Amino acid sequence: MTNEVNLNNTYTEIEAESMVVRFSGDSGDGMQLTGMQFTDTAAFLGNDLSTFPDYPSEIRAPIGTVAGVSGFQVHFGSKEIYTPGDEFDVMVAMNAAALKVDLPRLKKGGVIIANISGFDKKNLGLAKYPETADPLEDLTLDNYILHKVDITKNTKECLAGTGLGTKEIERSKNMFVLGLLFWTFEKPLDHTIKFIEEKFAKKPEIADANIKTLKAGWNYGENTEIFNIRFKVTAAKQPSGVYRNITGNHATAIGLIAASDKSGLPLFLGSYPITPATDILHELSKYKANGVKTFQAEDEIAGVCSAIGASYTGQLAITTTSGPGLALKTEAIGLATMLEIPLVIVNVQRGGPSTGLPTKTEQADLLMAMHGRHGEAPLAVLAATSPSDCFSMAYEACRIAVEHMTPVILLTDGYIANGSEPWRFPIEDDLKPISVEFLGKPNGENGEILPYKRNEKLVRPWIKPGTKGLEHRIGGLEKQDITGNVSYDPLNHETMVHLRAEKINKIADYIPELKPDTGNDKAKLLVLGWGSTYGAIKTAVREAIAEGYDVANAHLRYINPFPKNLGELLKGYDKVLIPEMNSGQLLQLIRAKYLIDATGFSKVQGMPFTTTEMKAKIVELLNQ
Amino acid sequence: METVLENEIKLTSKDFATDQDVKWCPGCGDYSILKQAQTIFPELGVPKENLVFISGIGCSSRFTYYMDTYGMHSIHGRAAAIASGVKAANPDLSVWIVSGDGDSFSIGGNHFIHAMRKNFNFNYLVFNNQIYSLTKGQYSPTSEKGKVTKTTPFGSIEEPFNPSELALGAKASFVSRTLDRDPKHMQMVLKRAGEFKGTSFVEIYQNCPVFNDAAFFAFSDKETKKEEAVFLEHGKPLIFGHNDEKGIKLDGLTPVIVNIAENGLSDLWIHDEKDKTKANLLSRFFDTTFNGEDLPRPFGILYADERPVYDEGMTMQIEEIRSRKGRMPLNKILSGDNTWIIA
Repeated sequence: MTNEVNLNNTYTEIEAESMVVRFSGDSGDGMQLTGMQFTDTAAFLGNDLSTFPDYPSEIRAPIGTVAGVSGFQVHFGSKEIYTPGDEFDVMVAMNAAALKVDLPRLKKGGVIIANISGFDKKNLGLAKYPETADPLEDLTLDNYILHKVDITKNTKECLAGTGLGTKEIERSKNMFVLGLLFWTFEKPLDHTIKFIEEKFAKKPEIADANIKTLKAGWNYGENTEIFNIRFKVTAAKQPSGVYRNITGNHATAIGLIAASDKSGLPLFLGSYPITPATDILHELSKYKANGVKTFQAEDEIAGVCSAIGASYTGQLAITTTSGPGLALKTEAIGLATMLEIPLVIVNVQRGGPSTGLPTKTEQADLLMAMHGRHGEAPLAVLAATSPSDCFSMAYEACRIAVEHMTPVILLTDGYIANGSEPWRFPIEDDLKPISVEFLGKPNGENGEILPYKRNEKLVRPWIKPGTKGLEHRIGGLEKQDITGNVSYDPLNHETMVHLRAEKINKIADYIPELKPDTGNDKAKLLVLGWGSTYGAIKTAVREAIAEGYDVANAHLRYINPFPKNLGELLKGYDKVLIPEMNSGQLLQLIRAKYLIDATGFSKVQGMPFTTTEMKAKIVELLNQ
Repeated sequence: METVLENEIKLTSKDFATDQDVKWCPGCGDYSILKQAQTIFPELGVPKENLVFISGIGCSSRFTYYMDTYGMHSIHGRAAAIASGVKAANPDLSVWIVSGDGDSFSIGGNHFIHAMRKNFNFNYLVFNNQIYSLTKGQYSPTSEKGKVTKTTPFGSIEEPFNPSELALGAKASFVSRTLDRDPKHMQMVLKRAGEFKGTSFVEIYQNCPVFNDAAFFAFSDKETKKEEAVFLEHGKPLIFGHNDEKGIKLDGLTPVIVNIAENGLSDLWIHDEKDKTKANLLSRFFDTTFNGEDLPRPFGILYADERPVYDEGMTMQIEEIRSRKGRMPLNKILSGDNTWIIA
């Protein structure tokens, strides 16, 4: 950090490589929107970044309570950023409850911007501070830089005489915060002004009020001498290209659209709303002009069943859900496995079991994805590593489903689904082609229809109803090999169980081999991860290597089947560490398949790993 | 359109039979239903390759294997949900759901009511035998109260569903009832269902000779049929009785049985398929007594009134938005509205 006193404007400018800002307030305070606007501007100015929206499952928990605190965290920098950050440099606390919840993760010496009106007797009581306590006045916050601002009062004064009601005025106070933060980080307002103008195009008086308050926030920083520090985080050196900001759920949605476009198959989504997966259904519902059909089914089962129906007619069929929904869909997924038709099931994992932690993240559905069906019902399992990787893996899930005539489960989780990052998006021509073939005429040597005759990939033909001369029946009863007729023959059943498994294993010939992501082919320690732990693992391993440790990391995006070379790759390391947000599920799979003594590292707190704890574990293992 | 005509001429009931052995029990009512379906399909004028049968689980649902069309024998209770996807994805297909009383009113109850409400343009046949047969004789949601079965050795304590009333309550646009032992009537009803635009619900009383024999014989046996059943015809009065001597008229909203010789014909209840109030009353000719009188069970089309169908609505909305906004190029979707360049 470089400190430099600016003589004209009585503040100190601190230049930082990266900063973490936490917006924290009541669920109704608009912290998610504020955070996203701040993020968009930072991204637009070339910072690399990662975000973490962290909100309660109640839409409006009792106002002012700890249960109602909604947070948005953004880590942005002039270097490569892979996680939303372990601790915050700056936090906004709109009320006492927000301070209480998030203070433990504010860095010592960090900045607090506290909204005074949120710290009156009533709010302190709601946040369950002891009766005598007053954190803004007593010595509790002595180790931090505290800025007390009456955000509510300032907003009211700014909008007095605009004719807006108390409610509308109250709703604008997040814009004051945003304006003040933009001043603090030397970021311009124009991006957000454009956003407000578009969002409230039909309500110009609301747009004006928001813009006025935003500017008032900025001016407050500029004119009052309370604020004597500004931070400067310059643009990151990122690969050149065109970027956008994207969340995981949004990326999943457009990955599916891209696959539909490239395969020429119309897209059908059968889904039932469930946190944290619903945004995919929201997003896809917007693309009617592209022929996307979204069907909000009566329940989770109807969601997957309608998708099976659509796939049967020859469309690219998807169902999206989270853990409890996947549990409900299992019988139908077994049917799709038996029918051997393409189907993509997106599971945005959340904390379980049962209703569990609906808005918090976890990776505890891996074994359910692998084995959670009755009978032997193998299918392909993929996992996305980051918000933008959701695009690539959603696309891959479609490709594998269609080219291998199989259900595919794509695992993402609440952390990357709601988190965002800058994305150097591809153009149409960069995308791998997806080949689709429908049977047009009888495929038997004597002109008969053989729905279960397989090709070299062990894949059966896709036959669209409506094709003349190919009328045939399929179903959930065991199929006779080749003809697809109902068969109870014992040996045929065994053959079919093996064929269904072998078909999935063969997918390994059509996916990339695994390479170390950071570090070498051989080292003392390999950190093997899957899914959303990527950012924390990569950052920790990079830091450890920089400090001289002999470590590497590899990250699995294809879990069933595993990449062909995984067994060989693992042999290059003395020790293997598998961090997971569960009690050791990939660990079981790796140990069982490759018979290696891998070490698990488990965290099941509904929160992602921090880089600090990841690195501590790596160092601990290497120092043993 | 030429194809349609061509098929109308060419196809016969034999064209709809498959090479699979039919495996229902001897004497099962399902044989008759299969026969009637194979008989009327050539008349519907739908090319064979556009016909899709989706069935659930149960004796009824084996039906799919015996019709030489496209078909899927799926999982218990979910036929309607799968058919919704088939029809939404490809509205050009003629989709027929085949299900039973357990499949549709118990495990698949949720899909049944939503199918009625959403009004896809498909046909929904329920073979109602008032018993679980494939699992060998347990009471079903349409079994009468007091029914003795393997799971109710001391008699069932549950009220049964009244399927027509359930369908009307769920906003069905076509509600009908027929029975296996009246082939001509069943052919008429199936044909009407096939021609109707919207979800056509056909309840078929089907005899299970093994686990619930003779449950509906009162509605088909010569001695009792004309006393116990009333056959509905649009625009015709409600008349029944051995010698067609009884009629039903409405006293306000209360149906009253009258002797035609005394009453005459002029003020009898004239069946109107589009009259929902009357349909609601008709559906209650089931287990409701009116002024202490039991009314005969109605067969035929209780209600048929077309309203917009889901699959067409879905297609129209897509076309309307596409013509207004135009298809968004993939590159535009990939880039979104806010991008920045790093040199």
